[in-house]
Amino acid sequence: MVEGKKQEFWRWAETNWVDPDIRWEGAEFITLGIDVGSVSSQAVIMVDGKMYAWGNMRTGSNSPNSARNALKFALEKTTLTEDKVHYCIGTGYGRVNVPMGDRTVTEIACHARGANFFYGSTVRTVLDVGGQDIKAIRCDEKGKVINFLMNDKCAAGTGRGMEVFSDLLSVPIGEVGERSYQIETEPLAVSSTCVVYAKSEATGLLRKGLSTNEVLAAYCSAMADRIYSLLERIGVEPEFAITGGMAKNKGVIGRLTKKMGLEPLKTSWDTQLAGAAGAALFGYALCHKGRGRK
Amino acid sequence: MLTNYGYCDGSGNYFITIDTDKCNACGACVEACPGKIFKVVDEDPNDPMNEDPTAIVVHEKKNKLNYECGPCKPSGDNPPTPPCVVACKKGAMSHSW
Repeated sequence: MVEGKKQEFWRWAETNWVDPDIRWEGAEFITLGIDVGSVSSQAVIMVDGKMYAWGNMRTGSNSPNSARNALKFALEKTTLTEDKVHYCIGTGYGRVNVPMGDRTVTEIACHARGANFFYGSTVRTVLDVGGQDIKAIRCDEKGKVINFLMNDKCAAGTGRGMEVFSDLLSVPIGEVGERSYQIETEPLAVSSTCVVYAKSEATGLLRKGLSTNEVLAAYCSAMADRIYSLLERIGVEPEFAITGGMAKNKGVIGRLTKKMGLEPLKTSWDTQLAGAAGAALFGYALCHKGRGRK
Repeated sequence: MLTNYGYCDGSGNYFITIDTDKCNACGACVEACPGKIFKVVDEDPNDPMNEDPTAIVVHEKKNKLNYECGPCKPSGDNPPTPPCVVACKKGAMSHSW
C-alpha cells in the first residue's frame, strides 16, 4: 500500500474571478446572487447588471457556512465588501439557509434567467444538470420560464453520480468525457442509471474484461438516455443550452447531442454559475422596479 | 407558465401540471384534493417578477405523487377524471397519467 494522501478523483477545481475593468464605486445597484446547491455553491456579484466577480466552491455540510464561504471566495480578489451590496438573492437547494439573503427565488427561474444572460436571448430550452437533480426548462426571449420540470426525487444521471463513477474507476472527473471517447466500439449503455445499481453493474463489466474507458462510455450513454427522456417530456425547441457542471462533461453531452440531433450553444462563462448569475440579475431587476431592500 | 410538479422514476411518470396563466388561485383544487397536495400562495415562487397568486403543489408532497394521487387514479370504480381536474373551472390542471 502506497503511503500518503488518497487521491480524490471526483474533486473539481474551486475557482474565483473578478473583472478588473469594472468599477463598483458609484454604481447604482450592486447585487449578489448565491446559489447553494447540493454539491457546489456559487456567489456571483453584479454591478449594474454586469458580471463583476464570482466564486465557485464545494458545498460543505453546513449551508449557511457554504454561502458565507462562497461569498468570501468571490470577494477575495476584489476591493468590495459585503456591506456595499444593495440586494442579495439566495437560490438553489439550500436557498432558505443563505443568511445574507434578502429573499429567495427558486433555481428554476434563476437558471432560465442565467442561461438567457450567458447564451443570449435566443435560448428557448435550458437543461440544467446539477449535483443531485435535473431541470428541463423552456423559456421566452426574456428568460421567463414558460414550462419546466425538475426531477429531484433521485440523483440518477446527475453530477454526483458522475463523481461516484470517477472515484470508482479512478479517473479524475475532468478527464471522464475525453476518456469515454477513447474506445474502439461504443459499448451498450449501463441498464440502470441508479447510482447504486449502476455502480455494481460497472464492477461486473470490469470483471467481464471491459476497459475503464468502455465502462465510462457505458455510464455516459446511460446518463444521456435519462436526460433525454426528461427533455422529451417538455419538448425541445432550439436554441438549446446546458447549464450546471455536467455541461463540462463531453462524454455525456456529446452522446446527448447525437441523440437529440441538436447542438447545444457554447459559452465562455463557467456553466456552474448560471443559477447564481440569474439570482443576481433578478436582484438587479427587483431593485430597478423599486422592490429592492427597504 | 406550465409548472410540472412531480418526477419520473423506474415505475413511470408522475407529473401534475398547473398552468399558472390560467390559474386564478380560487382554491377549488385545495378543497377537492383528498391528499391535500395543493396550496394557494401569494406569489409564484418560480416567477419572481410576477405578483399574482397561484396554486402550487406543496413541497413535501411533490416527490410522493405516486402514493398521494393513487386513490384518485382513473381505474376500477374511480371516475375517469380526478377530482382536482374536475374542480378546476379554468382548465389549468392536468396529470401525466
